[in-house]
Amino acid sequence: MRVMAQMAMVMNLDKCIGCHTCSVTCKQAWTNRAGTEYVWFNNVETRPGLGYPRGYEDQDEWQGGWVMRKGRLRLRAGGRLKKLATIFSNPKMPSIQDYYEPWTYDYETLLNAPAQKTFPVARPHSLISGKPINISWSANWDDDLGGSREHAVKDPMLKGIEDKVRMEFEKTFMFYLPRICEHCLNPSCAASCPSGAIYKREEDGIVLVDQDRCRGWRMCITGCPYKKVYFNHRTGKAEKCTFCYPRIEVGIPTVCSETCVGRLRYIGLVLYDADKVLEAATVEDDHDLYEAQLGVFLDPEDPEVRREAEAAGIPADWVEAARRSPVKKLILDYKVALPLHPEYRTMPMVWYIPPLSPVVDVVKDTGHDAEDVDNLFGAIDTLRIPVEYLANLFTAGDVAPVDGVLRKLAAMRSYMRDINLGRDPRDEIPAAVGMEGEAMYEMFRLLALAKYSERYVIPPAHAEQAHALEELATECSVSEYGGGQGEVFGEGSGAAPTPVAVENFRVLQQTQSADSLEQLPGDNPLRGRVNLLTWDGRGMPDGLFPVDEEAGR
Amino acid sequence: MSTFLWVIVPYVCLAVFVVGHVWRYRYDKFGWTTRSSQLYESRLLRIGSPMFHLGMLGVVAGHVVGLVVPQVWTNALGLSPHAYHVIALAGGIPAGLAAVVGLVILVYRRRMTGPVFRATTVNDKVMYAVLGTVVVLGMWNTVAGSLLQFGGEYNYREGVSVWFRSIFALQPEPALMASAPLGFRLHALLAFLLFAMWPFTRLVHVFSAPLGYLTRPYLVYRSKDARPGRGTGSRAPQRGWDKPELTRK
Repeated sequence: MRVMAQMAMVMNLDKCIGCHTCSVTCKQAWTNRAGTEYVWFNNVETRPGLGYPRGYEDQDEWQGGWVMRKGRLRLRAGGRLKKLATIFSNPKMPSIQDYYEPWTYDYETLLNAPAQKTFPVARPHSLISGKPINISWSANWDDDLGGSREHAVKDPMLKGIEDKVRMEFEKTFMFYLPRICEHCLNPSCAASCPSGAIYKREEDGIVLVDQDRCRGWRMCITGCPYKKVYFNHRTGKAEKCTFCYPRIEVGIPTVCSETCVGRLRYIGLVLYDADKVLEAATVEDDHDLYEAQLGVFLDPEDPEVRREAEAAGIPADWVEAARRSPVKKLILDYKVALPLHPEYRTMPMVWYIPPLSPVVDVVKDTGHDAEDVDNLFGAIDTLRIPVEYLANLFTAGDVAPVDGVLRKLAAMRSYMRDINLGRDPRDEIPAAVGMEGEAMYEMFRLLALAKYSERYVIPPAHAEQAHALEELATECSVSEYGGGQGEVFGEGSGAAPTPVAVENFRVLQQTQSADSLEQLPGDNPLRGRVNLLTWDGRGMPDGLFPVDEEAGR
Repeated sequence: MSTFLWVIVPYVCLAVFVVGHVWRYRYDKFGWTTRSSQLYESRLLRIGSPMFHLGMLGVVAGHVVGLVVPQVWTNALGLSPHAYHVIALAGGIPAGLAAVVGLVILVYRRRMTGPVFRATTVNDKVMYAVLGTVVVLGMWNTVAGSLLQFGGEYNYREGVSVWFRSIFALQPEPALMASAPLGFRLHALLAFLLFAMWPFTRLVHVFSAPLGYLTRPYLVYRSKDARPGRGTGSRAPQRGWDKPELTRK
């Protein structure tokens, strides 16, 4: 057993309203730069729909992820020799047209246009060619099933059920699927990188691209079946979602989670057995992959796991965080979260609670009680289309696990109605889906009411490792190559330079909850230096004014 | 003059080549990339790029054999200069042709595809001009000099190759070059100029040929402690963080 910790996410799709706030805030934070105009580390897709880039799930076309060939796990796009043989021109890389041509408007015209009868118009210009363009596609062209007769029917996930769906899907269902990098346990992007620039962090499992080692061979873009590695066409380097690691390291959630309006994202640790990853990724039948992935996770309550975790150097508070992890509860305890496309065999670490709402909507539309457990169970059994479609997304087409999850959600809905209306809770409802009443109530709390601190259980990275944290950047000495911190002293010198996010988050918390300045911790990094943005106006902290040499103060 | 051209220039260029690469690797790992333009256009690239690169690999291999292996060695193997010559041409002409045709396709693509041309820097243009000239001169020397034998026969293995080795033996023999045909002299001179430009252009990607990929495990795990002090936290904004800007066409 080799215990490793993984920072993972679960998204509750029933709560996603498709507002794209996560996408926009992520873009503002990470990809509002030249060369990354078309890059969406986080995007929200309407399903059924093509997704971004168009039809990325069609692996016969894009060749992403792993496949089993002759009993062995292989990269679908070809192994090492094939990669090197095709290195001069990647045969399976999406072009900018498969994403969309990014554009801006010539706003200048609005200001510079001479007096004229008609209002001047800012026309769209391509940021790639600089020429005026007609916008005909973007990251969300088929949002809310827009143009779905033309686009959504091409959804690769409709394969096999397209005849039923063509007639019915518009009145049957629609939901949103927010996507970030999956930070897989078995990342095929990293395996595809000829330079070895993509790596998985040992401490928290976040998958990153080393910008100094990437040489722009573009194999990762093909390798990732989720198409979540992007090519920065200005710098010639691959870029991907970083799970906001500078924020995670100081214990605060990713930007997409922090700003999620529906509060549908959960972040927490899971412990897993790194020795079992390959074995689980190589089970023969696609339908067994979900169960195999569950088998890789370790239970932090198990004393042996905790012993092994300690031996593997995982700090005690991380194991503790893994016990409280909402992600672990949703995936392992309640078993309501499912992986996105386990059939790619990358072992994705962003899981989803499939939406019950398509089923509820149908029941409601027919005039029946949409919170009655029997009606909902019946609908789940008869409404095969949403269930089969969800199975194509989350369980490689195996209907049973999706069925089980939807039944649990339906049971929870019914069970909670009785409680909310002051009736006696009916324990046969949770029993029908194999749960205890108490567990069902706890699951309801986590899905519906959980506070910030329950949704995001993120142990900060350790102080004894602090010197190396990217966020702190404490070793960024003045002369980078002159043997470290030499003679020159500046703002960053001294024992404890204050990291930006810590200053905002922890110090604000301390100053706001302390009654007086003296109550602040003795080694308060702000002592002797005042940040006026966080000064609350009370008293005169040390360092507010420069020391007057003559008066001594 | 001959000392300047065939002793000083080569040594200066080689020094710039070596020191330049060390400097670039230490200070500009971020800029060390192929700067691929496949995202913009891939139809022509699919044909031109493998042709050019594989052709160039053949050409380089041919140069290594022709310049580094002394004639006496091949003679000792029982290979007559004539037989060697035939073999060299049989390998060199297809490789050179592939490189030239590939280069033409790539340059055409670069000029005629709007986004690719926009992403082409002055540095690139100068480099392509020099590289193209060197390749064309090389082909000229092979075709006109060796195959058709314009202006008499010239055995470069007794001239250029000996001079080339003499540079690395630190006993340069400039006289050998001074008497070589003009095509060979220009080819050699421009090639050294290309070496001097090399570390400052996108050509650096030649030295990151990912051969380690064949032996490393598929998955790379790395501790976040692996690169102490290379943080991004409060450093000045790095390259790659420029705002998108509209330059209208």
